[in-house]
Amino acid sequence: MDFLNDPLNFIAGWMRGLLTGWGLADGLATVIIYFIGITVLIIFAMTLDIILVWVERKVVARFQDRLGPNRIGPFGLIQPFADIIKLIIKEDITPAGADKLLYNLGPVLAIASVIFLWAILPLSAKIFGVDLNVAVLYLVAAGSLGTLSIIVGGWASNNKYALLGAFRMVANMISYEIPMVVVLLIPTILANSMSVQGITQAQSGMWFAILSPLGLVIFLISAIAELGRSPFDLNEAESEIVAGFHIEYTGMKFGLFYAGELLHAFTFGGFIAVLFFGGYGGFFGLEKIGFFSWLNNPFIQAMVFLAKAMFGYWVIMWIKYSMPRIRIDHMLAFNWKFLTPLALVVLVNTAILSKVLGGLPNWGYDLGMFLSNILISVITVEILRAYGRKQRKTGVKLTPRGVQNQEQAV
Amino acid sequence: MQNDWLYVGIFLVIGIIVPIVPLVFSRLVAPRKPNPIKQSTYECGIETVGDSWVQFKAQYYIFALVFLVFDVETVFLFPWALSLKQLPLFVVLEGVLFIAILVAGLVFTWRKGLLEWA
Amino acid sequence: MTADKIVFLLCAALIISSALMVVTTRKLIHAALWLVAALFGVAILYAILQAGFLAVVQVVVYIGAIAILFIFAVMLTRKEMLDKGAQTRSNWWLPAVLGVLILVGLVFLILGQPIFSRTAAQIPVEVDTLRNLGTALVSQDGFVLPFEVASVLLLAALVGAVYIASGNNN
Repeated sequence: MDFLNDPLNFIAGWMRGLLTGWGLADGLATVIIYFIGITVLIIFAMTLDIILVWVERKVVARFQDRLGPNRIGPFGLIQPFADIIKLIIKEDITPAGADKLLYNLGPVLAIASVIFLWAILPLSAKIFGVDLNVAVLYLVAAGSLGTLSIIVGGWASNNKYALLGAFRMVANMISYEIPMVVVLLIPTILANSMSVQGITQAQSGMWFAILSPLGLVIFLISAIAELGRSPFDLNEAESEIVAGFHIEYTGMKFGLFYAGELLHAFTFGGFIAVLFFGGYGGFFGLEKIGFFSWLNNPFIQAMVFLAKAMFGYWVIMWIKYSMPRIRIDHMLAFNWKFLTPLALVVLVNTAILSKVLGGLPNWGYDLGMFLSNILISVITVEILRAYGRKQRKTGVKLTPRGVQNQEQAV
Repeated sequence: MQNDWLYVGIFLVIGIIVPIVPLVFSRLVAPRKPNPIKQSTYECGIETVGDSWVQFKAQYYIFALVFLVFDVETVFLFPWALSLKQLPLFVVLEGVLFIAILVAGLVFTWRKGLLEWA
Repeated sequence: MTADKIVFLLCAALIISSALMVVTTRKLIHAALWLVAALFGVAILYAILQAGFLAVVQVVVYIGAIAILFIFAVMLTRKEMLDKGAQTRSNWWLPAVLGVLILVGLVFLILGQPIFSRTAAQIPVEVDTLRNLGTALVSQDGFVLPFEVASVLLLAALVGAVYIASGNNN
């Protein structure tokens, strides 16, 4: 029964007994157990990644009223494996004049920066890699390695389009990192913790999505920008710069960029679930009732978490396949003139209200937080409306300036 | 605590190794017949003009500068956010003042027109 | 030799060798990326010292922001990505000898201090250093003034950057 209630510690304890029984030092045994555990976790993530290829293609097909892959295996399930075999046996072309080492480092770093995130992703209360007390910042740190991978890949390709795509992508990523980090402070304040387990457990009664809906929206937008997915996919704008930073990559190296993007989207779905939807828990106290105690089982929790993460991933896909691409000047203006100020306002609001409403009973605290967010939304919409009215009245024409911008916007 | 970082360290090493595996595998089974045409830079089928490592718009640099300032700021705010629960309201307002000073910087940048993409 | 020491020595070797590469490599982008490696090594040092917050902040600020800024600066300002000039002067050995002498002197001086024979006090597990840092940053008997001054300093940096940038435009 131990295995069902605490699988990781059960296996780790068994292996520790085995290894120390062979006469290994305790420290060495720990390293070996970590090694095996991490390898299993990463292989799980990569396998999930392969399935995500199928999910992505099937879902986009549905959005576009097509069938999607349906030839190989039932519902085309074997298709992604066939894709991988194809990618592996394709010739790997390194363009002349490329910086060989950096050219190879780019895709590896791109997917590694996503895999790093799985170290802190809590699948359930008992199944997780590590519960860092600075997990929220670790998320940002891994993201900055992702930024680096794009600039490395784009620069090493020795291609103007690649460099241009990399520049756009990096400008995009670093700009939207600001509202993301600011919004990450909100779950930190609400949960009074920076560890993912702490944030998850703080939401067992009430999701932060309800306490701070604006925070959720801002995080979702900046996550999409960080992923470089439509409407923020300027980095690969097919009609202008073909594929952006990975234009020269072929075969498995392209595959790594592609797989990295999908896994990144899913992982961010997971983090949206952790930060705002209670992660593996968040049953509004249901799990405390005897009849529903099975919700505390780690495997059930992992299922719940993966379902929530998949939902977040689906929302990201939904937006990707419904939105046109945004222009770079609009993208930067939207971030610096709208999203960042809004994120700061929401942060200050949360910080002050968490003090002011601290004395109230739980329902009053929750209601106050929710209503303040609604109020901020209404005010924001009114300001935008007034701005739009003024724009129409003064008769500012967007087109000529826009055309001018497009010519200059390299 | 230290074990946590040991875990992260091992994770980073394996996380780098795992993506290299398919690349090595691909190198073993994939054909390799390079020729100059195949290796030429792909720029929509037109012959490449000049060096690829050219100068780009300096505007990107401005945004990176503004980003840097705000990045450092938000890092300062994390310990503040963590200890918020134990602090009186007045001290919370000190953090708000910290944010307000930087918002002044953002407004200044905005007014100077540096946030325009032109 | 404990595992800690081995990791520390590997990490120190990484930092020193990457730092050497920063100043000797001829490709500017490579120099910037070697700098990233050196900074990452410092982050590992912080992690060994159980200063998790500093380790993560090191990556976020130095690799995520400052290194990116360097790379942007190199790419945006230089037409030549390869430094073709001579890397050393004819009298390079003089500062090298001086540097080594100063290093040896400093090492002897520092080794004479009693701090190296002392072992560090164990940090109690229940102390939440991060929360203490947060409290210290904003409490009146703590560092509230430096905290706010840091904000003003960042503002000054931003204003300066904006001034220089807008000066070029006009």
